[in-house]
Amino acid sequence: MAILSKDQAQALLKKALSYSKADECEVNLSGYKGGNIRYARSTVSTSGEEENMSLAVEARFGKRSGVATINEFDDASLEKVVRRAEEVARIAPESPEYVPMLGPQNYLPSNAWFKTTADINPEYRAEAARKSMALADSKKLTSAGFWEDRSGFNAKMNSKGLFAYNQNSGVDFSVTMRTEDGTGSGYVTRDVSDVSKLDTAAASEIAAQKALGSKGAKAIEPGKYTVILEPTAAVDLLQNMFRSMDARSAEEGRSFLSKTGGATKLGEKMFDSRVTITSDPTNPEIPTSTWSGDGRPHEKVTWIDKGVIKNMPYSRFWAEKKGVKGLPSPGGFIMAGGNQSLEDLIKGTQKGILVTRLWYIRAVDPQTLLYTGLTRDGTFYIENGKIKHPVKNFRFNESPVIMLNNLEALGKPQRIGGNLVPPMKIRDFTFTSLSDAV
Amino acid sequence: MGVGGLLLSNVPTFGHEIDPARALETVDVALKKRLADVALNAAKSKGATYTDVRIGRYLAQNLFTREKQVQGISTTESYGVGVRVIANGTWGFAATSDVSDKGIAKAAEQAVAIAKANSKLQKEPVQLAPQQGYGEVSWKTPIKQNAFAVPVSEKADLLLAANAAALAGGANFVNSALFQINEQKYFASTDGSYIDQDIHRIWPNFTVTAVDKASGKFKTRDALSAPMGMGFEYLTVKAPTKKGPEGTGLIGYDKYYDIVADAGLAAKQAKEKLTAKSVMAGKYDLVLDPNHLGLTIHESVGHPLELDRVLGYEANYAGTSFATLDKWKTKNFPYGSKLVNIFADKVQEGSLGAVGYDDEGVKTKKWDLIKDGTLVNYQATRDQVHIIGEKESHGCSYADNWSSVQFQRMPNVSLAAGKQKLSVDEMIKDVKRGIYIAGRGSYSIDQQRYNFQFGGQLFYEIKDGKIVGPLEDVAYQSNTQEFWNSCAAICDESDYRMFGSFFDGKGQPSQVSAVSHGSAHTRFNGVNVINTGRKI
Repeated sequence: MAILSKDQAQALLKKALSYSKADECEVNLSGYKGGNIRYARSTVSTSGEEENMSLAVEARFGKRSGVATINEFDDASLEKVVRRAEEVARIAPESPEYVPMLGPQNYLPSNAWFKTTADINPEYRAEAARKSMALADSKKLTSAGFWEDRSGFNAKMNSKGLFAYNQNSGVDFSVTMRTEDGTGSGYVTRDVSDVSKLDTAAASEIAAQKALGSKGAKAIEPGKYTVILEPTAAVDLLQNMFRSMDARSAEEGRSFLSKTGGATKLGEKMFDSRVTITSDPTNPEIPTSTWSGDGRPHEKVTWIDKGVIKNMPYSRFWAEKKGVKGLPSPGGFIMAGGNQSLEDLIKGTQKGILVTRLWYIRAVDPQTLLYTGLTRDGTFYIENGKIKHPVKNFRFNESPVIMLNNLEALGKPQRIGGNLVPPMKIRDFTFTSLSDAV
Repeated sequence: MGVGGLLLSNVPTFGHEIDPARALETVDVALKKRLADVALNAAKSKGATYTDVRIGRYLAQNLFTREKQVQGISTTESYGVGVRVIANGTWGFAATSDVSDKGIAKAAEQAVAIAKANSKLQKEPVQLAPQQGYGEVSWKTPIKQNAFAVPVSEKADLLLAANAAALAGGANFVNSALFQINEQKYFASTDGSYIDQDIHRIWPNFTVTAVDKASGKFKTRDALSAPMGMGFEYLTVKAPTKKGPEGTGLIGYDKYYDIVADAGLAAKQAKEKLTAKSVMAGKYDLVLDPNHLGLTIHESVGHPLELDRVLGYEANYAGTSFATLDKWKTKNFPYGSKLVNIFADKVQEGSLGAVGYDDEGVKTKKWDLIKDGTLVNYQATRDQVHIIGEKESHGCSYADNWSSVQFQRMPNVSLAAGKQKLSVDEMIKDVKRGIYIAGRGSYSIDQQRYNFQFGGQLFYEIKDGKIVGPLEDVAYQSNTQEFWNSCAAICDESDYRMFGSFFDGKGQPSQVSAVSHGSAHTRFNGVNVINTGRKI
């Protein structure tokens, strides 16, 4: 019941909409099923499975809007939830940010759903966890990991004739392996849409290698270093920057993209010429929904082209106010890279530090996008093209804007957190103190 | 996090949108007892040796505004049942929104089946500390005014009045929000407890932004409120406040918060920040306001002393802890200077952690974590206390919803006030080169809780015993043990007040909890301060 086909969803939404007496009405239906398994100290600590489906109705009278939700779908319940949304709308204040509902849209066909993932059951999860734990046991390491899978659908219909439907599926897996004496720690994370592309034993092997390789870390002085950021380390800083690119904040003068006098940096070169960031909902590596939550289509978009800011995401209200088309924020981003592997980047480095993961990243200054955080679970010193020895973790204070100007080289992009991110070599990355944490 | 960054999508929500009037309805206790017995009996018949059941109605109302308009109001309800069992020496958990005899029995049976399935991978059986049954008991947050009973329009008007005060004070933008929680929780277990609780929490917050178009600079100042375990009286019933240090105009809000006055002051201070002097990096003596120090306590004492972290259960996410059992066993691990006494509790009135009983039916209490600077204890649940040689749980079990499994969560963790009479002005008089820091800012700490960096909302330079002016670009970096050992003075009880964290995340899948941290103004000597100013 939790996952409806396009026809089933369309029929249910049509029926719900038929009860509407409002000026405008939009109905959103979503359902999913999924499960998780968590283990620590090499034993399962929690696991669960759930499925759910819910309908949200937005009714509007003029500029007044009301929302009600329900998870029962008989005729009486559908009518009840529409009436409730209308009651809420009648007493709501007028919204100064009202924009009319969208009419019919053209969406790209979505390729984000995989039956293999939708078919996962508790035995599959237990086996995936067991493989990871067994690998840890065989190397005398302690493992702590988490697996979460979800498959579902989203559908939207409104009184202006819009209808949208998408299915999606995904699995997130991560594991931390630690040496028994607590002096080594390694981590790996993988996310896939199609579970047949995920091998927890192979992924766990990487965490194990990092745990064993990071034993006996030496302290070196904090300062500015050439670093190689693995995609797992680079993604959070890039994501934070990407989330700060909203057009309204920039035009209101409170963003890193703002300029003096109320102007923005749209069209200006802000980064190294090799920095190009795009999005594409149908990219087979990171397929996402082909429409956004507000009903606008997701298309192929270039956000940063050869270091130049080409587009900023707009809300529908702000786009209308400014008289521009206005693109929605994408589901995931793609940073262009090169053909070099991580090993190639290491080989080409005289002196540097390999950072495999960053942790507890927090904004320090929104004006300069300065962030602080720490390295974690395997940090290594590189000399003459080789990993020389593990080093103690550092705290960094760095801005992705500065970082993407200090670019030395980019490797082959890899899926991470629903994005495609290359490993990157950066000069003058700022470490401000040492941490004793392992 | 400031409200500016706290988008609707980032606020944890459970359940369905309801008419606010329905939030005042309650579920009959006799019905809950009958339903709880269905779960206890069903699990027992399938072979469970222990069962607890939580029938929960979780209500949340959030209001968001910016400048002169309301951006969003939502009132949500989540109602359901979670059943936790031990079978074959292993935990099992299942939950359902089908609150019928049939639905509850099915969940109980599923919990037993999961426990039995997982027992094949279990290495050691669960050891549960004994717990007396309390029979039929109840507990309520001692509120004066249920926030859910206050009309939404009145609450929206209060936020808009705060916004108006900020705009009148010269702010360019202001976002404000009000978060309210009511947990109607019923707990029953095979130990013989039937516990009905009604828990309330509230958090008013705002971010004021000042923009200087000529220079392109912008600065923000967040509310100096604290999230509280109180009703709407926190915003309406005047109660004594504390005076901030001379030269700052700050007010230390305790059990009452004047959001309109604070928003007006925030606008003035956000503008001041645009031209404040940039700090010179170096060592300074820090005088920390309780509204700032709360988060430092949370991160550098609260989290490292969670026993599940110490044991490695959070290794893949939040991390482990430097405060290992071997250090605790020495009985002389110097966590801080002799002045440092840090206690845990779930009983302080007005605190976010205050409840009568935790989510595994343990009556709440107060205990020491750090005594005269020495590490003496952790925070533990029933299945953990045997590891630290205790026979009674600390009462630290919490689940953020009926559908989430309960696990060890932080109680209130507070720094005891100094025993000698000392005001903040007297404390500052002794500081030659220092910085006064107020409010919660940027915060980051490593996964074993050694190295941290904290910012704040407001910074003032202290020179020869006096506050001489505002500073900007300030953050301090330290190591937990070094920092607490540099604690040189703590103001007295009259200066003590609480701060807190409303959405503290932990676990996979992640759950939120709310927790308070009390302290008085405290001085730390010779702390490393960095300058965070950059050019892009």
